[in-house]
Amino acid sequence: MSIEVRNIRKTFGTFAAVRDVSFTVGSGELVALLGPSGCGKTTLLRIIAGLEVQDSGTVLLSGEDASTQDVRARGVGFVFQHYALFRHMTVFDNVAFGLTVRPRSRRPDKAEISRRVHDLLKLVQLDYLHDRYPSQLSGGQRQRVALARALAVEPKVLLLDEPFGALDANVRRDLRRWLRRLHEEIKLTSVFVTHDQEEAFDLADRVIIMNRGQIEQDGRPDEVADQPKSPFVMNFVGNVNRFVGTAAAGRATFGPFTVDYPDAVDSTSRPAAGYARPHELEVSRNLTNGGLPARLVHVTPAGALVRLELLDDESRTIVVDLPRVQQEQEQFHAGERLSVIPRRLTIFLEE
Amino acid sequence: MAGSSSRNHRTSGAAAHLTEPRWVRWGLIALTLGFLGLFLIVPLAAVFTEALGRGWSAYTGAISTPDTLSAVRLTLVAAGVAVPLNLVFGVAAGWAIAKFQFPGKNVLLTLIDLPFAVSPVIAGLIFVLLFGRQGWFGPWLAEHGIRIVFSVPGIILATIFVSFPFVAREIIPVMQAMGRDEEEAARVLGANGLQTFLRVTLPNIKWGLLYGVLLCNARAMGEFGAVSVVSGKIRGETNTLPLHVEILYNEYQFQAAFAAASLLALLAIVTLVLKTIVERHVGRTTVQPGTATDTLS
Repeated sequence: MSIEVRNIRKTFGTFAAVRDVSFTVGSGELVALLGPSGCGKTTLLRIIAGLEVQDSGTVLLSGEDASTQDVRARGVGFVFQHYALFRHMTVFDNVAFGLTVRPRSRRPDKAEISRRVHDLLKLVQLDYLHDRYPSQLSGGQRQRVALARALAVEPKVLLLDEPFGALDANVRRDLRRWLRRLHEEIKLTSVFVTHDQEEAFDLADRVIIMNRGQIEQDGRPDEVADQPKSPFVMNFVGNVNRFVGTAAAGRATFGPFTVDYPDAVDSTSRPAAGYARPHELEVSRNLTNGGLPARLVHVTPAGALVRLELLDDESRTIVVDLPRVQQEQEQFHAGERLSVIPRRLTIFLEE
Repeated sequence: MAGSSSRNHRTSGAAAHLTEPRWVRWGLIALTLGFLGLFLIVPLAAVFTEALGRGWSAYTGAISTPDTLSAVRLTLVAAGVAVPLNLVFGVAAGWAIAKFQFPGKNVLLTLIDLPFAVSPVIAGLIFVLLFGRQGWFGPWLAEHGIRIVFSVPGIILATIFVSFPFVAREIIPVMQAMGRDEEEAARVLGANGLQTFLRVTLPNIKWGLLYGVLLCNARAMGEFGAVSVVSGKIRGETNTLPLHVEILYNEYQFQAAFAAASLLALLAIVTLVLKTIVERHVGRTTVQPGTATDTLS
């Protein structure tokens, strides 16, 4: 079942939460809506579910216009950020709720409900807790109960609002892997909202990055990571070093570096910024190689990498990631003056 | 070690060096108990000694006079109408205030407290002013032969007025704390409005609701001021139990007055016991037991 969102707009008072957003989610796809808080991603998710009404635009679920449909008729599964489990009901009753509130004609009998609930609880590996109350569960367990409850009504699409937001780092990583396996198993069209880029890249087939109510970029995780379309995406999807300079006549200049930049066709120079990820920079003791001179102030081991923190002559911080092997050979130490050269620069003209 | 020992003592108060000197503690306790004794226990005991002073048969005799029975009946009727109405009003107001954003919300919140702020006598006078013979609607009511003031409807109106904040006041914080998440979850899962209310909202607010109803009922049955203004004190007709006590007392029928008063005192004691039970439940539902460990293979 596919989801299509066309020209959605939503304003709260004077605040434009969603500004003309369109995208499609293919059947069986797992898509992440990624963005900082307040970028409109949760509002968009709630509009797809029917919990919020858009000011204009359409939502199509498997090709059918669902814009005027009530939440109850849309057949979506929704997992709330804080789970929203019914606190006075056991795990079993929580999962069974969606089945027991059906009109008598469509309601499965008791034995069938019980069988389906236990099957779902086995799927989320919580069957042994079926008679517990939500308050007796850990965060990760609550999250999985919420998921089982959403799946119990056999939704056409699954929507998850910050599914791992309230969990600590270890549980989050486990649950993420588990959810990816689950998605591969049941292939349910899913959209999840997150502000954590690592989570989005790790889990999603496609990432939609939002900022101030608009889509900045929509693409596969590797596309978004390697070819960011805007400075915002560049900044948002990881650590980045920014060099200010100018661009003119097919060349861009940032301090000592000059690189080809065919997009600058004018001969008049315009302000530009060059971005390089920490691993896209090299350092050398050779100060005459045309690099940017900077003083090494800090060396931090970070797993397979070593992170160098440098200050250039204008006191701007530059972060460089080196393979640990290289650092073992070179033995850079704090206080040294080094030359920094980018292996690759992503350039954007400044507005 | 210091940490664990102070934790062990938590049930019997904080560690000794963290609390006030012994004489302060005992002084405060003695003061509180003395005050309670003087102003609550002694009067309560006095009511029952006076009431039972001439023996059990005199007591039952005083209670079972037609006028007393009629007063009891009227009190029950007034509370029986006022409490359910205020229950509905309280839930509606609580729902509106806790779950929706609308202009004038704060004004509504303040207005709900009005009966707490206004003297009950004024409340009674308002109804006389509206429905009395010289009141705004007086002539119209007289034309149609409807009596409100100095009659049962007036008493019920006054009772509703003075007791209406209780349910709403108890329910609003409970509903605000509950938020809208669970109800939204229920709707996404396909529950209709009634199912959502009965199966999700009500179970979450029931103890708060019950607590509000108890307080509302106690006030409805015990109200004197507002009811005394609109009642006209026609014996056997428009006398509620609190008014009846006063009349008997003014007629120097002390034993009968105290017998009737003992019924109100009993109501207060029953309310307190129920209140304690309800409070225990309210506490229990908000307690979060320790969380289990997470296992995920």
